[in-house]
Amino acid sequence: MLAPVKIAVCMKEVPDASATKRIDPQTLRLDRSGDGTLNEFDTHALEEALRVKDASSETEVVVVSMGPGKAMDSLRKALAMGADRVVLVTDEAAAGSDLIATSKVLAKALERESPDLIVLGQQAGDSDGAVLWAALADRLRLPMISQAASLELREGKARSKRQTEYGYDVIEAALPCVVAVSDAINEPRYPSLKGIMGAKKKPQETVSLVDLGLAGDEVGAAGSRTEVYALGEPAARGETQRIEDEGDAAEKIIEYLSARKIL
Amino acid sequence: MDFELSAEQREIQALARELAEAEIEPHAAAWDREHRFPRELFGRLAELGLMAVCIPEDLGGAGADFLSYILVLEELSRADAGVGVAVAVHTSATTLPLVRFGTDEQKKELVPPLARGERIGAFALTEAGSGSDAAALRTRAEPDGDGWRITGVKQWTTNGAYAGTFLVFARGEAGISAFVLDAETEGLKPTGEHTKLGLHSSSTTDLVLDGAYAPRARLLGEEGKGFHIAMATLDGGRIGIAAQALGIARAAYELSRGYALERRQFGQRIADFQAIQWKLADMATELDAARLLVYRAAWLRDRGEPHGEAGAKAKLYVSSVARRHTGEAIQILGGYGYTKEFPAERYYRDAKITEIYEGTSEIQRLVIARSILGLGERAVPTPA
Repeated sequence: MLAPVKIAVCMKEVPDASATKRIDPQTLRLDRSGDGTLNEFDTHALEEALRVKDASSETEVVVVSMGPGKAMDSLRKALAMGADRVVLVTDEAAAGSDLIATSKVLAKALERESPDLIVLGQQAGDSDGAVLWAALADRLRLPMISQAASLELREGKARSKRQTEYGYDVIEAALPCVVAVSDAINEPRYPSLKGIMGAKKKPQETVSLVDLGLAGDEVGAAGSRTEVYALGEPAARGETQRIEDEGDAAEKIIEYLSARKIL
Repeated sequence: MDFELSAEQREIQALARELAEAEIEPHAAAWDREHRFPRELFGRLAELGLMAVCIPEDLGGAGADFLSYILVLEELSRADAGVGVAVAVHTSATTLPLVRFGTDEQKKELVPPLARGERIGAFALTEAGSGSDAAALRTRAEPDGDGWRITGVKQWTTNGAYAGTFLVFARGEAGISAFVLDAETEGLKPTGEHTKLGLHSSSTTDLVLDGAYAPRARLLGEEGKGFHIAMATLDGGRIGIAAQALGIARAAYELSRGYALERRQFGQRIADFQAIQWKLADMATELDAARLLVYRAAWLRDRGEPHGEAGAKAKLYVSSVARRHTGEAIQILGGYGYTKEFPAERYYRDAKITEIYEGTSEIQRLVIARSILGLGERAVPTPA
């Protein structure tokens, strides 16, 4: 096998970075009603898949996501960047799913696609879980490479460098497998205008839990094992000191850091 | 009534904004200082489809509507007004008239290289003795075989030194005609890069035509109908310049607002002083009015409705807003605003031209007056 024929990229809509994030005090969940945007970390995963597609045009890139129906507006950007189609699992009963419940839903959606390669970003910018890829690989019983700083596909294998504190591990896994890329792996492309114009003509499928053969109580809040007891404001920042540069700012900063034994 | 942009328009706007913030804005001060036309940028813009936003897909464009193109110009101009005018002249003053008035053969040959950004477009109408009175132009088109020899000197040709395709207006036996000339044409030579108050990142040259040959295949539209082509082109073009002015005005407002919230004097932020609050309130209000005028003109054009009056109103108003607001931005930034450490002074220098080119404010008033009073196409007599 040369390049994989089908790559699934798991992507998520997150609240727009410019919007103030709000927690609903009743449900203790993130309020997702405002403007959304593609999770930045996931765009690195998509870029990596699109690079495979650039090199071999027969490759199909399918985006798999779970979220409210309006998430399709954000996911269309993935189509504009070059993905072939989107599958969005959207279901009232799925709201409130924790990472474990989410992995159950996405695993079902991915089984339906049976891709040769599944690529994810390292984490979502809203909840910063960074475990979904591990849970997915476990459910699908597939090998997994995380924190991939490079990705090479050849002879039916994925080969990645994984960044460590001291250098790189080189890891190889047989396809099909799951790869979670780090945000250092690439610089995601902009969607082109033609991409934006063409995106609406590409398949955008929404599926329900029933379509995936899942019962409502297996997922959502009912199927989650995480429970949020309380949420609090982050601690206020300590006293700040403002240094105006009058030619001696550098010295003052060094003095400040030295006094606290940071330097 | 619906003030929402379509999903597609929002996505195109977001793309232009993201690109302008990442790849244009950080360099704008240097390009201004060095008087540098960023030729390499236009290849990048073309790759993303931004050099042919509203050009039909079958001719290599993105096939988006005119309002999308206006949104792109606003974003580019917010980052660098020189880049904005280069794209505006390339698109609405060169490529669009080819799409609109060209034969199928001309469109197939001439539009795709412009859409791909391999050739940059330029519009050569103005001469030393004919500015607002464009119909007084003196460049001659003399018949020669099955074509014309064009002789004369054009002035203030935007993109002049870097253009690959020139739309040239010249007078022949049948009156004014429009010709499409390649930069490689013998006898065609851009000369004398002009030094300007602002827009330092754009190229403005003279264009010397010394018997430059235009075969019949390069006559755009009918012989003698060139003035109509020029005026129809400027009808849409001035919406583009209004969008450029809108981008500059927005840059000045956003800079002023941000600065007012940070700068402290007399123990408080200057945004806490009513003197500054009122300035910002006026700027925000006029900016909204300006935006609505520009978007409405583009919307009318997309609906295929007359937009000459709406475009003239937009350009007249927004260019004045841009000139005044950029001055206010300097006032709000105080001494810092007067220095090159902040972009306010660049905005101020760049804004002024929007009251002059593609029809001065006086000409816009003339266009509006003729329209609202039901006067004829041309109230000003021109020599035969």
